[in-house]
Amino acid sequence: MRSPKASSRAKAIKAGSSGLLKCPTGIHGLDEITEGGLPQGRPTLVCGGAGCGKTLLGLEFLVRGALEFDQPGVCLSFEETADELADNVASLGFDLAGLIKRKKLAIDHIYLERSLIEETGEYDLEPLFLRLGHAVDSIGAKRVLLDSIEALFAGLENQAVLRSELRRLFRWLKERKLTTIVTGERGQNTLTRHGLEEYLSDCVILLDHRVTETVLTRRLRIVKFRGSMHGTNEYPFLIESDGISVLPVTSMALESAACLDRVSTGVPALDSMFGGHGYYRGSSILVSGTSGTGKTSLAAHLVDAACARGEKCIFFSFEESPGQIMRNMRSIGIDLNRWVGQGLLHFHSVRPTTFGLEMHLVKMHKIRLLHAGTEPETRSILLRLIDFLKEKQITAILTTLTSGASHQEQTEIDISSLVDAWLLLRDIETGGERNRVIYVLKARGIAHSNQIREFLLTRNGIELREIYLGEAGLLTGSARVTQEAKDASAALLSRQDIERKQLLLERKRKALDAQIAALHLDLEAEELESEQLIAQEKLKLEKWERDRGELVTSRFANKAPQEESSSRPKVRRGRS
Amino acid sequence: MAPAAKHASGKAPLAKWELKLYVAGQTAKSLQAFSNLKKICEEHLAGEYRIEVIDLLQNPQLAKGDQIFALPTLVRKLPEPVRKIIGDLSNTERVLVGLDLQSLPPGKKL
Repeated sequence: MRSPKASSRAKAIKAGSSGLLKCPTGIHGLDEITEGGLPQGRPTLVCGGAGCGKTLLGLEFLVRGALEFDQPGVCLSFEETADELADNVASLGFDLAGLIKRKKLAIDHIYLERSLIEETGEYDLEPLFLRLGHAVDSIGAKRVLLDSIEALFAGLENQAVLRSELRRLFRWLKERKLTTIVTGERGQNTLTRHGLEEYLSDCVILLDHRVTETVLTRRLRIVKFRGSMHGTNEYPFLIESDGISVLPVTSMALESAACLDRVSTGVPALDSMFGGHGYYRGSSILVSGTSGTGKTSLAAHLVDAACARGEKCIFFSFEESPGQIMRNMRSIGIDLNRWVGQGLLHFHSVRPTTFGLEMHLVKMHKIRLLHAGTEPETRSILLRLIDFLKEKQITAILTTLTSGASHQEQTEIDISSLVDAWLLLRDIETGGERNRVIYVLKARGIAHSNQIREFLLTRNGIELREIYLGEAGLLTGSARVTQEAKDASAALLSRQDIERKQLLLERKRKALDAQIAALHLDLEAEELESEQLIAQEKLKLEKWERDRGELVTSRFANKAPQEESSSRPKVRRGRS
Repeated sequence: MAPAAKHASGKAPLAKWELKLYVAGQTAKSLQAFSNLKKICEEHLAGEYRIEVIDLLQNPQLAKGDQIFALPTLVRKLPEPVRKIIGDLSNTERVLVGLDLQSLPPGKKL
């Protein structure tokens, strides 16, 4: 898998304008940092203290060259014999004897013992050239390892001769276009004890290992690389079962794809806090909280939900054994055992101090979905881990313990900028009890809830309670229950009050209605009476008019009927 | 010094001192070394030594056997233990120390 990637990258660099050809090492991660490999046809100095892996790096360069790039290599060893070297790297799966047999590798051991050597007068180191040349020609080598040429300094008195011969040797290697790794022991204030760096100025790689609080961390740094871009940081590396792995996670570009898929947390109420759909697949979720706030239980929920969807999970636990976790989770109704049985869940329980941090990281590299419980002290490694997981689209749930003393939102500031979602679990201590609350501190790209929710660890897992906000602020636990009861009774009272008032009103309305009906009846009776009176009066009036008409007729009884009609108004006028 | 091996003195199988001189071609240095060696041997080991001159230009693979890394190199194969002297052998004192002949007064035969 490595080689095509590396070679394509090497080709890409070849095509670039830099003009500097690179020779891919095939060492995991190193080609990324060097952007293609070591300078082709030139010597590279690899220096470092005792036991930091110089020889191994060189040998892996040769072995990978032979196996993956079809470039045979020659090792000129000044310290160990071919057999010793073969034994040393056999555990890494390198079959040196087989490679030698197949003419892919040649090892020449040069043994120097000062006590058996007497120097008299002029000499040169021509046999080194002859032996190297012979070995190179015999297998058509393209790569050379000189390990460690500094043994010559210890074995020979005449430094002037040695220095001029070394200069000649490196020139000779360049002329023959051999990509060479020269190892050198680190000096007090210099890169190498004997100043090899003054001859080898094209590329210098410094290896280092440091023990910090009993944990060893190996680091690699490219001190210089003439004519090429390269990563400048100190990169942790480790020697694992298949060779060296450099972990250049911090050099990775931010190219991780964004997944639109949302997945459930396994706690419905929590999903709703995440805008109703859960979290994004492939995101990193940090669960932080003080001890006993239920971080692991929450993580177990997520694991359980992921396994139920048929996704593979790996549970890294640095505090509890798998058995312990499964037992504890069973108490809240989560049966992780069945997922283990189905091969969906894998536990990796190990004490954090057992390995260096890089080893943990690499163990994590080999997985698909990760759930890590880890220590807050390991920020830099987490940084790389999260980066790595994001790039691989692996969903990560990280639980972290925050100490109660410090501010809970500041402790993990380094990680918090990297994670996509951050769930904060807290204890709220009121009325002589502690209650757990959860809130979503951040969730990138999700319209998340701003509420602090109380949750309970029940037999059926985590249950979120509706948050209760009383007059005195947030209430949890019994205080909440009490307040809820109080509220319920108050509500009952007011409900009764309303009912009573409604009843009263109803009665009033009924009374009024009755009154209105009575008045209506009165009115009707009055109306009837009035109508009768009006009718009587009308009749009276008619009768009177009729009577008066008769009187008038009688007064003008002698008059002609024609005059009668025209003179009548005159008469009326006259009368008035 | 054209031949690859040269028997300077004594009978080959009986030689008490077996010396090998590694060189690379006939350079001034190798010629110098050979003549220096010859002189010392004649002086100290007359009749009891055998010198084999090996040209690594012709047989580079031979350098591996005796762990040769510098030229010229004189290897004392016999008597045991094997000793090596590198350089053109111009410092006679050092050569004698290297060959374990130092304690012997000059001129005296072994």
